Amino acid sequence: MTKGMYEVLSNKRIAQDTYEMELSGDTSSLERPGQFINIKIEGLYLRRPISVCHSENGRLTIIYKVVGKGTGIMSKMEKGRMLDILCGLGNGFDISKGKGRRCAVIGGGVGVPPMYDTAKSLIEQGNEVTAILGFATKDAAFYIDEFEKLGVKTIVTTDDGSLGIKGFVTDGLKTTDCDYYFACGPEPMLKSLHRTGISGQLSFEERMGCGFGVCMGCTCETLVGYKRICKDGPVFESSEVTFDVKA
Amino acid sequence: MSRLETSLSGIKLKNPVIPASGTFGFGYEMADVYDLNILGGISLKGTTLEERFGNPTPRIAECENGLLNAIGLQNPGVEHVVKHELPKIRALYDGVLIANISGFSVDEYVKVACAFDNAPEIDILEINVSCPNVRHGGMAFGTDCAAAGEVTRAVKEKTHKPVYMKLSPNVTDIVPIARACEEAGADGITLINTLLGMVIDPKSGRPIVSTKMSGFSGPAIKPVALRMVYQVASAVRIPIIGVGGISCADDVIEFMSAGASAVQVGAHNLVEPFACPNIINELPVKMDEYGIENIKDIIGRSLAL
Repeated sequence: MTKGMYEVLSNKRIAQDTYEMELSGDTSSLERPGQFINIKIEGLYLRRPISVCHSENGRLTIIYKVVGKGTGIMSKMEKGRMLDILCGLGNGFDISKGKGRRCAVIGGGVGVPPMYDTAKSLIEQGNEVTAILGFATKDAAFYIDEFEKLGVKTIVTTDDGSLGIKGFVTDGLKTTDCDYYFACGPEPMLKSLHRTGISGQLSFEERMGCGFGVCMGCTCETLVGYKRICKDGPVFESSEVTFDVKA
Repeated sequence: MSRLETSLSGIKLKNPVIPASGTFGFGYEMADVYDLNILGGISLKGTTLEERFGNPTPRIAECENGLLNAIGLQNPGVEHVVKHELPKIRALYDGVLIANISGFSVDEYVKVACAFDNAPEIDILEINVSCPNVRHGGMAFGTDCAAAGEVTRAVKEKTHKPVYMKLSPNVTDIVPIARACEEAGADGITLINTLLGMVIDPKSGRPIVSTKMSGFSGPAIKPVALRMVYQVASAVRIPIIGVGGISCADDVIEFMSAGASAVQVGAHNLVEPFACPNIINELPVKMDEYGIENIKDIIGRSLAL
């Protein structure tokens, strides 16, 4: 984890309630795709954890959906604004586990962004990659071109069929011969992916206190013990995950 | 002597700043963020006899100038803590280590306290009779004079290290509880734990935290905490560790003026990982500004004003 000040380079709406923000600042603590940053927003007490979509030499891109006060304030931030950010949080995806496998990167809604750099890293590693991007509707869809530009076979699903396959990402996965996945999205999506029995890595979301492992605010039960989503996660192997919680 | 030095029951602290229990893990988690040895002390994650998962998520909600939490004393149990966590933190930290102890019966408090009393890494035993996030026990022991006295007496009988009772603000009058602890032999008082609070989603009407009610902390509670430290300092002779909404050097000076010998920084650690080093660096600057030679000199100065 590093802490620093980051400058907003751009902040624009790219889909329904969805914004892409580019920042400049120290990206040295970002070691893997799927890590996140924690942003201090003036006037709000807790920081806002947002996953990193793309990072490169002192620049990073995040994509967020306006769901409440914090993201509402963020959506109005202008170029040149300085932000206090904790960077390089969470474990991120271990893409080395995808070596020699037919990999799918699977994102649902605002779970799509971290899959961008994951796909990019997999390609750089020599993998052939299929992206499966799930959205509620056509209006909520974003980054399809960006994934295609990476040279990734891109399958889109929407809940209402207004774009791509009508259905969920699991319906998209069925049309491929992928034998390993990297996924981020809402819990019902992760649960149904987990049920396919195909192995992979799942990135979870939870309300957090600190974001760096000291408050135990985001602990979940796994098959390998109690884990903090922010520090031990947000990414867990499908073999570690259970959706059958006692607590 | 350093200007920032203070003491608790004869134990020297290089400065009065201690991360509060539950906001700093077992300490070593923060060792790659900054050098822990700058800290006056560390109050470790609350520990019970048996391992606990704690409450279901969501355990956290935000509010104006603060947050609510219902962690529910997640911890790996005292045996694991003594065997695995204490050596890890002691290898990295040479200051005062405070074990934070919770229980669901007097007997359980005593068992956990004894385990830490026998652990050479621990300097002070902090007995949490004020956790609002567990059913049966926790806060129940800290909201009743007889029960608070009973826990204090039972722990004191079986242990040798200084015993600090961490009290709940969720009482009509904090003074008789603090007095009951002092009379039962407590070496000091830590106050306050979180206030029982609530946040509801206005759209759905649903409480945000899984336990519905939970512990409220952060800058918003500072005036309440400060008032209680002041009241208790006026009523007891044993040292006080002040805690509640502290986030800058001025806050530390206020709490020590009200009668605290040291302070704990809680919620602020969660939003600002460098909270404690920032405060420690800022203290001498503020002391110069106010003409304070040594921080010890101001303990309780407001009581006479």
